[in-house]
Amino acid sequence: MKVLVSVKRVVDHNVTVRVKADGSGVETANVKMSINPFDEIAVEAAVRLKEAGIATEVIAVSCGSSQSQETLRTALAIGADRGILVECEGELQPLAVAKLLKAIVEKEQPQLIIAGKQAIDDDCSQTGQMLAALCDLPQATFASKIEYQNNLLTVTREVDGGSETLELVPPAIVTTDLRLNEPRYVTLPSIVKAKKKPIDVIPANSLDVDIATNLEVLKVSEPPARKPGVKVGDVNALIQKLKSEVNVI
Amino acid sequence: MVALVIAEHNDSALRPTMLNVIAAAAACSGEVHVLVAGEGCAAAAQDAATVEGVSKVLLAEGAQFAGGLAENIAAQVLAISGEYSHILAPATPFGKNILPRVAAKLDVSQVSEITRVVSADTFERPIYAGSAIATVRSKDAIKVITVRTTSFAAQGKSAAAAPIEASAPISVSTRARLVSKESLATDRPDLTAAKIVVAGGRGLASRENFEQQLAPLATKLHAAVGASRAAVDAGYAANDCQVGQTGKVVAPQLYIAVGISGAIQHLAGMKDSKVIVAINKDPDAPIFSIADYGLVGDLNEVLPQFTAGL
Repeated sequence: MKVLVSVKRVVDHNVTVRVKADGSGVETANVKMSINPFDEIAVEAAVRLKEAGIATEVIAVSCGSSQSQETLRTALAIGADRGILVECEGELQPLAVAKLLKAIVEKEQPQLIIAGKQAIDDDCSQTGQMLAALCDLPQATFASKIEYQNNLLTVTREVDGGSETLELVPPAIVTTDLRLNEPRYVTLPSIVKAKKKPIDVIPANSLDVDIATNLEVLKVSEPPARKPGVKVGDVNALIQKLKSEVNVI
Repeated sequence: MVALVIAEHNDSALRPTMLNVIAAAAACSGEVHVLVAGEGCAAAAQDAATVEGVSKVLLAEGAQFAGGLAENIAAQVLAISGEYSHILAPATPFGKNILPRVAAKLDVSQVSEITRVVSADTFERPIYAGSAIATVRSKDAIKVITVRTTSFAAQGKSAAAAPIEASAPISVSTRARLVSKESLATDRPDLTAAKIVVAGGRGLASRENFEQQLAPLATKLHAAVGASRAAVDAGYAANDCQVGQTGKVVAPQLYIAVGISGAIQHLAGMKDSKVIVAINKDPDAPIFSIADYGLVGDLNEVLPQFTAGL
């Protein structure tokens, strides 16, 4: 079974993002960039399927600038076999990414596509579901467990109040939730090995896909700050404050 | 201009947070319709019909909707989408699962997790886990929107019920099947709707401690139990308790953060709470910077005193 994983280059989750003074976006120059954490979980899930003898090949795909090759190298170091960069400049909306990925899916014909449930920059949580719709594939979002047996995917999903289990006939799309796995620590030898793995660079404009968007960002601003609070000395003082000043207990 | 709201329900009633989604829809458009799709869910449609501002309820009943599969509900929404200027759903696992499929098929961008309706085509939404707020304008003919329910006041109930119309159920073939649902039995209030939330972090140090120290306080306060991502990752609490960018966004009257340092990703999920209390042994923990009341101390001593003192 061929598995395709989509990965996105995002501001590292440990970086405190700053809004640009002109309100045009957030500061990304000279900021540490990393693979989107949910995509890292997706790559790990795919590589584990390969190690279990279920996946035959794991292909990592990224849509973005040439610097996204670094992100693909991370996926290759985790254990993906090869990378594809759909190269273009500028911000891509999830719908555009889904359309570009659809072109790659048609070319590669994977049986399973694994994507992160959301990217931690735009927090959209759209791309996997959109790709599923465009390719008319069944989907299981927010997965905490993926099993494959007798040509059936059994996926446990995280939903409000518990979980649910779906059965999907491949080809299918799964998006990853946090508890699916804990990605491995990437070792130096695997990073060296990843440098030798192939990355195909495909210009986005060669795919005959309309990536224009009707969504315009008017401005990006700081969230309103909370007013500073007070420290209380002990539990009794806390209970007194809550009872008298805020009246919620 | 008519807005369509996709209802999340349990067959007998709307989920309480749907009142907030309907409020957001009413801010987008003067007229609001609600689609209730399911099997044996006429009571939920009746519930929807009594929400203020709803002028029509569409009831689509069929076995294909019973499991709430995204493929089937999205197909139903698409079949009736032509009449609408806005299509809204809650930014919950239910809504997030379905709506991007609708947007992609309509070839429009989705606006995710809006926190404010500026005008019929302009919305505010948090990005980078709430570290920044983006104001976006959609020029698409149909605006497809998920709503962060805690950012909108709940719509009231109306004395007169809106008409309920049957919507011819659409059947699509899908290669997905619901096998089972496993719900966590709890008698606590729903995390996203609770007035008080007691949340624990890595400071609780073990699953046993989480249960023994945190649960009694939550019980006494009739509060929902939340957890930081660190506590969930460490296995102290179930994932559906997770509050934060990668979990649930809550805005209760009172949020009590115990042993939570206050990573940005956690703050994103609770900083709109009315009153925030932080209990942490580290006086420099970032959680104190947004807490209204901070108490520096060992939670193993503080929590029993707190519970006993109430």
